[in-house]
Amino acid sequence: MSEPLIFHFDVDGENFASAGQASTQVKKNLRQLGVPAATIRRVSIAMYEGEINMVIHANGGTADVIVSEEYIEIILADKGPGIPNIEQAMQEGFSTATDQIRSLGFGAGMGLPNMKRYTDTMEIDTMVGVGTTITMYVYL
Amino acid sequence: MTVEELLAQGFEAVSLPDGSREIDGVYIGDLLSWVMGRAQMDNAWITIMTNVNVIAVATLADTSCVILAEGVEMEKDLVETAKQKEINVLSSSLPIYETAIKLAGLLS
Repeated sequence: MSEPLIFHFDVDGENFASAGQASTQVKKNLRQLGVPAATIRRVSIAMYEGEINMVIHANGGTADVIVSEEYIEIILADKGPGIPNIEQAMQEGFSTATDQIRSLGFGAGMGLPNMKRYTDTMEIDTMVGVGTTITMYVYL
Repeated sequence: MTVEELLAQGFEAVSLPDGSREIDGVYIGDLLSWVMGRAQMDNAWITIMTNVNVIAVATLADTSCVILAEGVEMEKDLVETAKQKEINVLSSSLPIYETAIKLAGLLS
């Protein structure tokens, strides 16, 4: 491929059960493009964590995935409450999720740490009351 | 060892679209993000969680199968979802610890 491929998704903030649809679709697309399984796994887990965060905290948002010959870029954008303290949010185990979210198996405080763990670079652009955009790269 | 070979060892099939898949190691956990952060590709994943997000996590983390321990049951519509998403789900009536010990013996 020469031109980068761009996949765009709207993440539904109302439906917790459907969270993961975008990352599952990306997984399929990357498989069709012949991306190695281990790389697909990294991208799809990082993206799923982002999707879940947007559903839990931000009433949804958008996800864009750009696939070039050198890298896969994932841009997750929401108009949620923003992250007041990024350093705290990046600590494993820190979570502001509700008990109801925890009962579903989330809210372990591993979302952002997992996104960092599985990508080569991760940048968080956030403003309280405005929203958050997270940009992640996985190099091929 | 393949997922379907567990059927002869007391595990029951809940959804088995890809029974020939090889199992490489085991991970145990119910906190889904924890599982995604720690489980390895091709692990058999033992859990007592049965909601729809379990299927998403198994898909994305690329585990070889989900093993529902302690005899917990997955709702019928979720079983259909697991089949559609080609996720292997087995069940074990044993508690989690005994399920893990049994797998350890079979995989060693």
